[in-house]
Amino acid sequence: MKSTTGTTLNMQTILQSRKDAAVQRRLDVAMLILGMLALWVALSAWLGVHALPYPWTTFQRLAQLLGDPDFYRHVEETGKAFAAALLLAVVGGTAVGILLGVRRLAGDVMEPVLIAVYSVPKISLYPIILLIFGLGISAKIAFGVIHGIIPIVLFTMTAVRNIRPVFLRCIRVHRLGAWPAAWQVLIPAAIPEVVAGLRIGFALTLLGTLLGEMFASQRGLGHLLMMAIERHDVSLIMALAVMLFAFATFASVLMLKWDRHLRKGWQREA
Amino acid sequence: MIRLGKPALLRIGLIVGSVALLEIASQAGWIDPVSFIPPSEMFVAALQILSQGQYARDIWLTLSSAAAAIVLAVIVGFLGGLLLARLPRLRRVVDPLLMSWYAVPIFVFYPMLIVIFGLNRWPLIALGFLFSIVAMAVNTLNGVERIPAVQIRTARTLRMGAVRTTLKVRLPASLPFVFTGVKLTIVYSFIAIIGGEFLLSGAGFGYQIAFAYNNFDNPTMYGLMLLLLVFVGTLNMILHTIEHRLYQRRVMKEAV
Amino acid sequence: MVNDAVMTTPRATPAGPQGQSEVHVALDGVAKVFAGRDGGQAVHALGPVSFELRKGEFFSVVGPSGCGKSTLLDVIAGLTEPTEGDIRFEGRPVSGEVPEGVAVVFQEDASFPWLNVFDNAAFGGRQMGIGEAEVCARVDYALGFMGLTDFARAYPAQLSGGMRQRVCIARAMVQRPRLMLLDEPFGALDQQTRLLMGEETLKLWRVTGSTIMLITHSIDEAVLLSDRIGVMSARPGCFLDILETGWHRDRGSETALDPRYGQLQSEIWGRLREESLKALGAAR
Repeated sequence: MKSTTGTTLNMQTILQSRKDAAVQRRLDVAMLILGMLALWVALSAWLGVHALPYPWTTFQRLAQLLGDPDFYRHVEETGKAFAAALLLAVVGGTAVGILLGVRRLAGDVMEPVLIAVYSVPKISLYPIILLIFGLGISAKIAFGVIHGIIPIVLFTMTAVRNIRPVFLRCIRVHRLGAWPAAWQVLIPAAIPEVVAGLRIGFALTLLGTLLGEMFASQRGLGHLLMMAIERHDVSLIMALAVMLFAFATFASVLMLKWDRHLRKGWQREA
Repeated sequence: MIRLGKPALLRIGLIVGSVALLEIASQAGWIDPVSFIPPSEMFVAALQILSQGQYARDIWLTLSSAAAAIVLAVIVGFLGGLLLARLPRLRRVVDPLLMSWYAVPIFVFYPMLIVIFGLNRWPLIALGFLFSIVAMAVNTLNGVERIPAVQIRTARTLRMGAVRTTLKVRLPASLPFVFTGVKLTIVYSFIAIIGGEFLLSGAGFGYQIAFAYNNFDNPTMYGLMLLLLVFVGTLNMILHTIEHRLYQRRVMKEAV
Repeated sequence: MVNDAVMTTPRATPAGPQGQSEVHVALDGVAKVFAGRDGGQAVHALGPVSFELRKGEFFSVVGPSGCGKSTLLDVIAGLTEPTEGDIRFEGRPVSGEVPEGVAVVFQEDASFPWLNVFDNAAFGGRQMGIGEAEVCARVDYALGFMGLTDFARAYPAQLSGGMRQRVCIARAMVQRPRLMLLDEPFGALDQQTRLLMGEETLKLWRVTGSTIMLITHSIDEAVLLSDRIGVMSARPGCFLDILETGWHRDRGSETALDPRYGQLQSEIWGRLREESLKALGAAR
């Protein structure tokens, strides 16, 4: 698409190739979903229904769940905890990340500490959380936050540090004040990496909330999962897993779209 | 002699300071002594655990399971990464799914894995494998994509075959990124296995922590947690140092 | 169709050997030493340099790589503070911040990927607090001048390197600077594009009347375009010589046919060859 002289390039070709790419992507997604379902069926056949139920059994079970009013109470419980944890993780994580990115020394000091904390099997530290927060929703929220906030901090910090130096010089050449500089240059420049961190943060916050519920809760999706595990109810496990996976994918796709919108023509459509 | 820069010194100061603060706070009773014991007692408990040997079998189980999961995940993940590198369309369409993989607690597949593998360590090893394989594949992919095309072309002008090119050009060129994948595989395998032991299993390091918690045996619980922290911290430090050296020597800074 | 009058700044008397022209930028004993990192060796990057930029002239700086040409530009722009010496822009001292009336075009592509071409070009103007209508008029003119009108709504990622640099130059134009500093802006471009961009830069200079200082490693570019050429030594950079070309203001590529062109080239290369060898041997 790039031409050496620049004169044979025109807006027509740019717009057309973008449309083609979009159609191509939709086809690919459809094929992927079909491929995954086919793989699922093959695995179920090979491993046996007690190990992996067929897709239709799973969807049936899922339909059952969605028709059960009790189920929605569990969803609400998890939803509340997750929403709170996500808000804290995103706001707190971005703020701390920007701070650590701008203050170089603080960033250098904290980065290995954060990575080390991230590497610890956090579930095995859950008892401490329980002892601090008690057996309630705040323990779940805290656990969710711990899981999600660290990648957000790390990604935001890296994003701020990786802003191209030439943009920093532009800020000085155009004599921008601190706030216009942040709003018009720093934030737009850092957005792609920040969004990447938010995507992981989203998934991990959800994971943390669910894990908290699995270990010490009487309500919520995590609790349902734990009961399903204890009863070896594989179709319930798969139904819930598929639902969670679909939810997380949906959110991920939304965030990717939002990211693309923020960046508009920034990246070349391959 | 390792030269410690300013950040490292500040970091050590920060950790020492926090531990000292916790010690004072718990000794003085500002923190509820029923839930939290002073770091000094944790330390004593940890030493006891190591010297007594009654947890030796659990430690061995955890380490061996992790080792198995890591080896498998590294090999399969590496090949998976190479495959994704060859199929860019597949890669692009799979991208949003990769994040969702981490949202579902991998532990939920434990019963199914028991059906497949039986009541032994293999379900846990499989958990470790499944949790870390994505990170290995993604980082391998990343590394392979960053190989400057001109290096592959050089190999072709030298008429090197596919295998030789992979061994002598692709692997060395992508090594730092592949190593990042290995590092993450190690970290995630431990997370999955110890987490799995904690939640679901009847043996292993993670299980012992849950057991101690359920029996209100705070000293043992905290002692085990401290050992875990020290182990993970040291492992991390070693891996990070190796990784840093690899990047320093091999990844060329982009020309300005 | 907006005419050239939109872009003209009041011109001082053109620079010439008579020396009646106003001094725009004055450097006196300016030197820059960069402190070594983590106790490493200090780098004496520039100077001491003393010279004057005349108002409205086209001045090029040529020198081997690493000689401190970019540092010189940074110091004049106020992006770096000199370790010693004095700089004055329009009689006022320059230190620490970029003075009003100065625009810089960098070596690397400074176009913002998140803005389209129009907004990129308008960026500097919008920061200056001119009315939006005026900014749009200037941007339309600048884009037309640089041949980018058709791409006003496109994004930098969709353009070639040369076009992106033109966006950066358009951005500088919109600011209507009295002093324009160009730091090897055509370095990443191929030879033919460079020659075309050189012609456009001359046109820009004639129409706006700004003082232009161009940093380049290309001797023929310097000789072709400038009123005066500063020949810089290897690091630490000092001016070995400042040569007058004496070209007419309405010069173009036919200047290359003038015998003096060849003479100047060999004279400069004669001075620079040894410096370049020194630079080649030195570690980067």
